[in-house]
Amino acid sequence: MSTAEFQNLRILIADDNDSDRQILQTIVKKQGHQVFAASDGIIAVKLFEEEKPDMVLMDALMPNMDGFEAARRIKAMCGEDIVPIIFLTSLKDASSLADCLDAGGDDFLTKPYNRVILQAKIQAFARMQRLHETVQTQRDEISTHIDHMVREQEVAKAVFDNIAHPGCIDAKNIKYLLSPMAVFNGDMVLAAKKPSGGMYVLLGDFTGHGLPAAIGAMPASETFYGMTKKGFTIEEILKEVNKKLKTILPVGVFCCCCMIDLDFRKSMAKAWIGGLPDIFIYRKETKSIQPISSRHLPLGVLSNEKFNTEIQVLELAEGDRIYLWSDGIHEAENPNGEMFGTERLVQIFKESANPENLFDDIKRGVEEFTQAEDQSDDYTIVEVVMVNHEELDESEAAPGKDVAKSGPQMDWVFTYQLRPPSLRTFNPLPLMTHILMEVPGLRPHSGQLYTILSELYSNALEHGLLGLSSELKHSAHGFADYYRQRTEQIEKLVEETVTIILDHKPTETGGELIISVKDDGPGFDFESKKDNEHRTEGYSGRGIPLIRTLCSSLTYHDRGNHVQVVYPWSYKN
Amino acid sequence: MAIWSSESTDGKELTIKIQGRFDFSAHQEFRDAYEKTKESPGEYVVDMKETTYLDSSALGMLLLLRDHAGGDNSHIKIVNCNPDVKKILTISNFEQLFSIS
Repeated sequence: MSTAEFQNLRILIADDNDSDRQILQTIVKKQGHQVFAASDGIIAVKLFEEEKPDMVLMDALMPNMDGFEAARRIKAMCGEDIVPIIFLTSLKDASSLADCLDAGGDDFLTKPYNRVILQAKIQAFARMQRLHETVQTQRDEISTHIDHMVREQEVAKAVFDNIAHPGCIDAKNIKYLLSPMAVFNGDMVLAAKKPSGGMYVLLGDFTGHGLPAAIGAMPASETFYGMTKKGFTIEEILKEVNKKLKTILPVGVFCCCCMIDLDFRKSMAKAWIGGLPDIFIYRKETKSIQPISSRHLPLGVLSNEKFNTEIQVLELAEGDRIYLWSDGIHEAENPNGEMFGTERLVQIFKESANPENLFDDIKRGVEEFTQAEDQSDDYTIVEVVMVNHEELDESEAAPGKDVAKSGPQMDWVFTYQLRPPSLRTFNPLPLMTHILMEVPGLRPHSGQLYTILSELYSNALEHGLLGLSSELKHSAHGFADYYRQRTEQIEKLVEETVTIILDHKPTETGGELIISVKDDGPGFDFESKKDNEHRTEGYSGRGIPLIRTLCSSLTYHDRGNHVQVVYPWSYKN
Repeated sequence: MAIWSSESTDGKELTIKIQGRFDFSAHQEFRDAYEKTKESPGEYVVDMKETTYLDSSALGMLLLLRDHAGGDNSHIKIVNCNPDVKKILTISNFEQLFSIS
């Protein structure tokens, strides 16, 4: 044994035989240890309590209290600490020796003593004791670390919840399953109503686990909610989120994502999927499912010049359902290590009796498969139902208390002209909405105003300038055709413009906003179509009848390339 | 999970083989496989013949390799993918960044 490992210990010796005790005491002292001596069990227990020695050498048979009982009491006092007890005995039969160990002894030593063995045993137990102390210290450190981490995660989650508030995720056409700590699995679900009345739903799945996975969710959700409120398009939002994530996330960390843009008035949806499993469209009428595949790289991988915002247009009917999920559901394992997979998922759709219960059927199907006792929820599912827009609560926020009733922001005209490069890439609606919202009294009307502006602007651009026919949208594949043609035609513009004029004046009870939109297109013969039903109003899409219900008047001017609406508003009492 | 790498005799191509599950536990080994070469090889081959499964952190590691190999100017082939592995790469549209077979 090297001297480096040698340790001086405090050792309690208990033996009723005076000469035996003296001999042992001398040996142990010579080996460099400090000794406490007791002549029976009671004294031994008392000395142990007072001196807290590192180790005990204990005779088995003693008067008053024997070594077995003393050992039990000493072990009970030690709790988690290890204090080795070595029995000293002249007993030779196996069962007596076993009794020593049963009583809590760690080893035994038979009389007469062999110095070498005695020293080796003392040192061996000293090593074990040190190892135990190290393990205990590390265990305590680990448990402190875990406590810290849990607390940190709680704080991080509270911060995250404030930023990534659930938006309109509780709308009655949405069902979702998301673990409360999902952000630390990298999953997030965002939903928000658009100013125009539609809705965006986004499911994101970041690479990795823990804080690294959670960190990207904050800028992503902040961008999503901020831009949605301002009326940006799905493409613009995706582009911005991608840019943010590409900038802040390290290489190798990215976000698999599916974003859906729902238009309840037109019963259509746009989808962008990057890196998530096929989403499913459940058709109410045919009771069939249509998978839509990912066509893009996840968010945060490509630089914005290469990022592709091409969306897939989905024509839907009332009652159709869209299912988004993270790969957690496909990869959920049963006790045999098999994965749930796509086929089992498809089977659930085939067997489900009532589409209303599909969401719960899927949930139950996965639970039964994994046989997880605790609801294992490392997977995320979202169901969105295409409903009639009137079913959704479209109530606007009440006007703020501090609405100014007059002021310089009440009486003005704003003219904005877009030339081809802007028409191709720029969406003027967020800017227009922003300007209108400078009139405090108009703020409660933001939804209606956004709808009016967006319909008038897209009519001027798509029908007026590009000459696209809204008839196209009536056929089965029409939407896709329409958007393809739009992309082609918009490239051909040379010097055409669209001009938007916002003219606001205060009135006795509120104000009056006149919105004019002019384009350089050929216009149309509005006089002859005047008496027709709104629906067949050839020039315009389905938006015009809607606008008529929102405004006090809608009139065409010039050669039909100039439309003007009047929107009066008043303060509510 | 085990990872081997070997350079071609002219040192211009590095082949990395992944056996078993390719997930976060492979992080350090996979990195070592391409960082230990003294001169950077022009071509990389990731051999998935014996790869049974790929998770999203493995996709992240492939992106790290791509970055190391020169980003948009990198030449990386991912070969011998089984259908499951290929499906995962396809869902993420990684064929836009790697040559996959």
